[in-house]
Amino acid sequence: MKFMMMVIPKGYENAAPGTMPDPKHVQEMMKYNESLQKAGVLLDLNGLHPPSTAARITFSNKKPTVTDGPFAEAKETVGGYWMIQAKSREEAIQWASRAPMNDNEVIEVRQVHEMSEFPPEVQEKAKFNK
Amino acid sequence: MNESNAYSAIEAVWRIESARLIAGLTRMVRDLGLAEDFAQEALVAALERWPQTGVPDNPGAWLMTTAKHRAIDFFRKKSLHERKEAEIVHELESKAEGKVLREGEMAGDIFGDDLLRLVFISCHPVLQPEGRVALTLRLVGGLTTPEIARAFLVPEATLAQRIVRAKKTLAEARVPFEVPPQEELPARLSSVLEVIYLIFNEGYSATSGGDWIRPALCEDALRLGRMLQGLAPEEPEVHGLAALMEIQASRLNVRVGPGGEPILLMDQNRAFWDHALIRRGLAALERAESLSSKRNSYTLQAAIAACHARAHTAEATDWKRIASLYDELSELIPSPVIELNRAVALSMAFGPAVGLELIDKLAAEPSLKNYHLLPSVRGDLLAKLGRNEEARAEIERAASLTQNEQEKKLLLKRAASLVNP
Repeated sequence: MKFMMMVIPKGYENAAPGTMPDPKHVQEMMKYNESLQKAGVLLDLNGLHPPSTAARITFSNKKPTVTDGPFAEAKETVGGYWMIQAKSREEAIQWASRAPMNDNEVIEVRQVHEMSEFPPEVQEKAKFNK
Repeated sequence: MNESNAYSAIEAVWRIESARLIAGLTRMVRDLGLAEDFAQEALVAALERWPQTGVPDNPGAWLMTTAKHRAIDFFRKKSLHERKEAEIVHELESKAEGKVLREGEMAGDIFGDDLLRLVFISCHPVLQPEGRVALTLRLVGGLTTPEIARAFLVPEATLAQRIVRAKKTLAEARVPFEVPPQEELPARLSSVLEVIYLIFNEGYSATSGGDWIRPALCEDALRLGRMLQGLAPEEPEVHGLAALMEIQASRLNVRVGPGGEPILLMDQNRAFWDHALIRRGLAALERAESLSSKRNSYTLQAAIAACHARAHTAEATDWKRIASLYDELSELIPSPVIELNRAVALSMAFGPAVGLELIDKLAAEPSLKNYHLLPSVRGDLLAKLGRNEEARAEIERAASLTQNEQEKKLLLKRAASLVNP
């Protein structure tokens, strides 16, 4: 099973372009990342630039419209993520609980869809090389 | 925290912490069986306490401290007159005082070496292969006995017996808890890699049962392989095996159809390969190749898998390179099964007639007499040459030889499709 652990730092939705995490925090984070790696559960990780440099593409009748960030209506935003392999939802929660987070940060743990969860007709279409 | 939440949280903590716990304890009490008993006692204590108190801030340290206290009690009661026991108690107490884990510190920082020792002892050649697999999954992988039994489709009692027997064998042979000395290292490391790859393969193409793949076992093996990369980072073979498993596992999503039937490599939709795993696999392969100019068998197999992973379409596959890698592999470990694969690569690179020539040399090989892939491949090549009648007979023979129900179905379907032109 794969899980995405998404970090939601409060206030990041309004952060200025180029905002970087505090170096001390990065150091703690690196230690944590290393523990995930050593345990063999880490698949991927990345940090994201703030929404002030992002773009949103909305669709109306399949026609895309581009809006530049920041997005006034956003109450929270993802600042980065880990992709991990875990045996259960509980294990993913345990790993997330060990992250060195500040009081203003939240981690949301989401399971990644497996191909086998989709209905057979979808799998039939998706799996074969046409 | 309600009770069932607490239990599943404890189960998860156990999976994360048990290997380091047992490894650290084994070094201290110098007996794997005892160490596991103390770890289990700590687990029981957690099951009693945590539903009330919640999971402590540093659950690994909590379990270790509790297990150490149990160990100290045990040795005190036993006898303080014997020198060895007195030494153990002294060591346990000094460690219990001095090395309390600081906030946020992971037990793994301290116990990395112990974990490597635990890997080596679980895969010790004195054990039967099935004992090595069971012990490794249980002690290093943190799986429970019922989980392992389910994964290998054997009764729980059988598996429990296997583990008891393995631990007894280790005790009787007085196997030391150590990283093997330099002169034994290559052979001992081979045994470790073999165990991990065996677990992976049982998940990747199950030898028995109704399912052709069991992804959970592949994930367990991947986790062990990645752990070993951290524990023995200078060993090229370790990265070679990790690379091989990552790349093979990247295809799991599209390796079986909705009905559980196998989908062959060339027919898979490559968009749904797991590209994060491919990236990890290619990185591990690069690391393996940078550590040694001589490629070992895992690295060579990974290099072959990488040729497929790099090809965006089946047609773009570099078969000439694959064929030459198979040449290298069959020189390194001459084996009829590798020859068979080499024949496939040759036929893709230089035409079916070239492959068929090599296969016909293999037909007399006694070890392949009941190997279903020989007639299956031969049938494919015959079909490509338009010799459908012979092809159908070969593929039907392959279907009669395979133990896997899904594969049998696929082969019979293929045989039926081979009508005379």
